[in-house]
Amino acid sequence: MSHPEQVTPHGRILRYKLNERLNHWVAAASYIYLLLTGLAFYSPWLFWIAAAFGGAAVSRMLHPWAGLIFFGAVMYMYKMWAAQMRHADVDKAWWKAVRYYSTNQDDKMPPAGRYNAGQKFLFWGFFWCGILLLLSGIVLWFSEYLPWSLRFLRYISVIVHPAAALLTIGLFLIHIYMGVFAERGAFGSVIRGDVSREFAKRYHPGWYEEIVGGSSAPRK
Amino acid sequence: MSQATLRIQKISGHAGSVPGEDTQREYTVCKLIDTTTCIGCKACEVACMEWNDLPFGETFFDNTYQTMPETRWNYWNLILFNEHEREDGTLMWLMRKNQCMHCADPGCLAACPADGAIVQYTNGIVDFQQANCIGCGYCITGCPFDIPKMNPKTHRVFKCTLCTDRVSEGLEPACIKSCPTGCLHFGSKEDMKFLAEGRAKQLRDHSNFPSAGVYDPPGVGGTGVIYVLHDATKPEIYGGLPADPSIPWTVKLWKGPLKWLGNVAMVGGLIGLFVHYLRYGPKEREDEDISPSGAKP
Repeated sequence: MSHPEQVTPHGRILRYKLNERLNHWVAAASYIYLLLTGLAFYSPWLFWIAAAFGGAAVSRMLHPWAGLIFFGAVMYMYKMWAAQMRHADVDKAWWKAVRYYSTNQDDKMPPAGRYNAGQKFLFWGFFWCGILLLLSGIVLWFSEYLPWSLRFLRYISVIVHPAAALLTIGLFLIHIYMGVFAERGAFGSVIRGDVSREFAKRYHPGWYEEIVGGSSAPRK
Repeated sequence: MSQATLRIQKISGHAGSVPGEDTQREYTVCKLIDTTTCIGCKACEVACMEWNDLPFGETFFDNTYQTMPETRWNYWNLILFNEHEREDGTLMWLMRKNQCMHCADPGCLAACPADGAIVQYTNGIVDFQQANCIGCGYCITGCPFDIPKMNPKTHRVFKCTLCTDRVSEGLEPACIKSCPTGCLHFGSKEDMKFLAEGRAKQLRDHSNFPSAGVYDPPGVGGTGVIYVLHDATKPEIYGGLPADPSIPWTVKLWKGPLKWLGNVAMVGGLIGLFVHYLRYGPKEREDEDISPSGAKP
C-alpha cells in the first residue's frame, strides 16, 4: 500500500492537508484567546491580561463564544483524526521507551505511525478536556438562570472548568515545546503542510512506509 | 457604591495589599431581625425600594401573601411567608425578611475574579461595585444564601448594600427606620448579639419556645444580619434558611489548593521545559543526516 500522491513535487511528504492546517489554526487562535482570558479570570495576578482584550467584561462576554469555536475545531479534529488516534500495539512500547524520546535518542524508539503515542495522548487529552470544558462552561455561561435546586451543577462546574483547563495547559505547553522547539520541521508541517523524508522516517517510520510503500521507496 | 468615609478591608480578585486591612477603627455593624415580632407588613420592602430608588416590579398572586418568590436584581429586600405546621398540629405563620446577610467571610467575594467588584468595608458591610463587575456570575455560585442577582440587560450583579450610603453618614438602613413593630434593630454586632440573646432567652423562658435562639451562622464567620428564630434548630422552615451555611467547598478548593497547584505546575512546567531545552536541545535538524542521536559529545 502506497500513497504516491502524498509525495510533493519537491520530494517532500505531505503531512497535513489544507483543511487540517486551517482547522489547527482555528483551534490554536481560539485556544490562545481562551487561555489568556481564562488566566485573567483565574488569578488576580493575571487579571491585567484582560485589559489587552478590551477589558474583563468584554473578555467574559467573548470567552464562551471562543469556547464554542474551539470546541467546534476539536470536534472537526475528531472527525478527521480519531481513527488514526486509536491505540496501537506499538504505543505501549513507545510509552515504555519514552525516556529515550525525551532525551532525543529517537533511534531507540519503536516505530510510530502517523501519530506517536504521545501525540495520541495529546489528542485525547484535548478531546476529553474539551468536552468537560464545554459542559462546565455552558453551566458557568448561564449560571444565573440555573434554579437554586440545581446549584450543585454550578458547584461542580467551578472546579471542573479550571481543573480541566489546567490539564490542557500542561498538554499545550508540551505541544508548543515539541512542535516549535524540539522537533525541527514539525512547525512547518502545520504551516506549509509537508515534511522532509528524513523527518518522516525518523519520527513516523510506520507512516512513511505507508506512503512510499515498503523498501521500494526512492531515496532523495 | 463606594463611600469615601468607609475603608475597605477585603477586595475581590485583588492582587497585593488592601488599603483598609487591619486598620479597623469602626465597629462591625449588624442588623437584627426578630422574626417573632415581624407582622409581614412589607414596610421594609417599600422603604428599601424608596431609598435605593428601585423600580416597582411585576408581582403575582398565588393565593398567598408571597408577591414574588425571591429577591431580584432590583428588589433586594423580600419577606418570605411560610405556613408551618407544628408537631401538635397547630399552624404557625413564619415571616422572614430576606436579604443579603453580609457575611464576615463572604462567599461572593471569595468567588469573584474581578478586581474590586466586591468589597467588604471595615464595618463589615459587603458591597458590590457594579462599575468593576464583569458579569461572570461567580458570586451567585459563591453565595450560600442565593442573594446576588444578575441584571440581564447590563449583566451586572446587584444586592442589598445595607444602605452603605446611610450607614456611612451615621444613619440606620432604610428598612430599620420603617419597621413599625420594632422587630428590626441596627447597631454594633456586639450590641445586637446581646439584644438578640436576651430576646431568645425571653422566648425560651416565658413564651413557650424552648428552641428559640439566634441565627448567626459560624460557617461564614458570622453574619452582619442576624435573626431571632422561634426554633433555631430548624432554620430551614423559614423559607429555606440554611442550617449550616458555608462557602461551597468546590469554590474553596478552586480558590485555594487548585490555584496553588496550578500556579506551581504552570511555572514549574515552563521552567522544566526551558531547562530541558538547555540540557538536550532540539531533536536533530531535518536537513541533517540521520545519525544515532543518542551519541553525545
